[in-house]
Amino acid sequence: MSHLLELRNISKVYSRGLISKQSTTALQDFSLTLREDEPSILTVAGESGSGKTTLAMLLLGFIAPTTGQIIYRGKDISTLRGSEKLAFRREVQAVFQDPFAVFNPFYTVDHLLSVPIKKFKLAKSRAEARNKMDEALTAVGLRPEDIIGRFPHQLSGGQRQRINVARALLLKPRLLIADEPVSMVDASLRASILETLRNLQRDHGVSIIYITHDLTTAYHIAKSIIVLYRGAVMETGEVEAVIKHPQHPYTRLLIDSIPWPNLDQRWGEQKIITRESSGAGNGCPFFSRCAQANEQCKNPAPLFSIAPHQAAACFLHSNKPELEAAGISETLPT
Amino acid sequence: MNVEQVQNTHPELVLAETPVLQVQNFEVTYYTDAGRAKALDDLRFSLKAGEKLGIVGESGSGKSTLALAMMQMIKTPGRIEGGQVYVDGTELMALNAEDMRRSRLQKIAYIPQGAMNSLNPVMRIGAQMVDAVISHVENESKAEIKERCMLALESVDLARGTFKMFPHELSGGMKQRVCIAIGILLQPQVIIADEPTSALDVVTQRQVMETIDRVRKKINAAVILIGHDMGLMAQFVDKVAVMYAGRLVEVSTVRQMFTDPQQPYSRALINCLPNLENKGVFQGIPGLAPSLLRLPGGCAFHPRCALARDICKTSRPEPQSDKSGRSVICHLFDKEAQNEPSS
Repeated sequence: MSHLLELRNISKVYSRGLISKQSTTALQDFSLTLREDEPSILTVAGESGSGKTTLAMLLLGFIAPTTGQIIYRGKDISTLRGSEKLAFRREVQAVFQDPFAVFNPFYTVDHLLSVPIKKFKLAKSRAEARNKMDEALTAVGLRPEDIIGRFPHQLSGGQRQRINVARALLLKPRLLIADEPVSMVDASLRASILETLRNLQRDHGVSIIYITHDLTTAYHIAKSIIVLYRGAVMETGEVEAVIKHPQHPYTRLLIDSIPWPNLDQRWGEQKIITRESSGAGNGCPFFSRCAQANEQCKNPAPLFSIAPHQAAACFLHSNKPELEAAGISETLPT
Repeated sequence: MNVEQVQNTHPELVLAETPVLQVQNFEVTYYTDAGRAKALDDLRFSLKAGEKLGIVGESGSGKSTLALAMMQMIKTPGRIEGGQVYVDGTELMALNAEDMRRSRLQKIAYIPQGAMNSLNPVMRIGAQMVDAVISHVENESKAEIKERCMLALESVDLARGTFKMFPHELSGGMKQRVCIAIGILLQPQVIIADEPTSALDVVTQRQVMETIDRVRKKINAAVILIGHDMGLMAQFVDKVAVMYAGRLVEVSTVRQMFTDPQQPYSRALINCLPNLENKGVFQGIPGLAPSLLRLPGGCAFHPRCALARDICKTSRPEPQSDKSGRSVICHLFDKEAQNEPSS
């Protein structure tokens, strides 16, 4: 059985300072496997500074991991050269957060679609290129005649974001990395973009890694979820289980802070403890903000398997069987 | 009986209290090369001290224009065409530039969108706060001003040490709280917060909103929260105003809005909210927000409205109020009000 993507004990440390080195661990010993035969939507959730975007950058090959390997279809992506690298670039696509920043205001929006067609030689003629563009735009629910030939400022944020999805779709990717694709889009348009993403997975067999801090949209689009906090995995599993019955104190805090549009479901049952120090050294990164922390938490907590499809890295569950770091993928249903 | 009990049992008594903020027939137009865009069209609402109003709407509906216009900070090609904004009896629109400058921060404070980016990166937090104070308050000693800033920082849960820090030493949520602290330095009666948490994650968002709420209670200010997150509105405000194409199409209490929205657009907004029961159901609002340059005739929402009738295409609906004080702009609401017994 082949894997689409395999992350083996990835860590990323950012260091700064020339003389006195200060380093920040953005991602710590992260392992994950995505299967090739079953495309799925996986959410990576966490607050700012949790390492979400670092993970996206690593997956796209924009930055190299400090330790560990990223294996894409059997090959380490840092060793890819030539045509293999080109294929990787085509098959792994991204949709970024800001639909306003990705467009060059001097070009019409079809520039964003025609450049990849040229670069990857997807079409032999102009007509074929146009056909491909029309097809991709229609697939994301846009009318090509409304879009082609327009400038970015003439389109709404939702339309621009869907053009980004269309661009990714054009290249027939296997993996789409969506880094906060809806956080800057109006609520009424969010639904249509999320639906577009889901159709991409369902109809075109694209695996999606959906990176977000918004657990409500994560709940609606994804099947499985990984909750990160300061570069470490806090909880993983099936999205239903994690959101309805969170087991890690951090996940509980996150879910308690969601402003549900429901008057009878007030937020803020749990008090927010502001972070004082940088945690407990090697211990649980959530240590300084956790109300239930004790001495034991100064050691790193392994993942404890709570149910077949749920695991939490917290000593509150130390009576449950331990899970290896590489075992994350097993808790994620596809 | 405390105020809240009175509010519940005799709403008319509380309504009789004079509001701290009153906006009347407020109109703003942008004169662009492509034509005139009426960004605010005959806006009316009022707020009592300590009350929280949420204004929701799609981008381009005029939410931020409202905030800027109330502060008299609209730049050309925008122009305030008419209307009055009373804050505690003072008519802001009648003030000259110097008096208006003094009123900002003292009577009405504005926390802009992405406020954390409005801090000067090369000035210490303290210096920026002191600047704000000395441009409004005379004859206050240096020590007094500093103490005032410290108290403001403490009231938003920041350590006194923040005074000496630079913006880059703070996290996004902390910077946002610094901006709130600056906003409340002079204890304004009205605070306008324009998407104060749109770039923050949920935990920080809750923290910032709790800070605003605590500060509001302390200085008994009226708060206007502008945003598009209905969930945040449900958790925070007392009244919700829905804005569409420059008009407040519905203003009602948060409970009325979430249990029984009257205007079809607000109903659609409520219906497209995600909740835990309908996993995987994505419901958006069909169509796009109209361009203010080319508003459809009649009711501006009619091309997207499922309940539109012939009258909606030709005749422009006017605001209607019912006994509870809710105001709705819709022909259909009109009708229901007529069907009700008039007693």
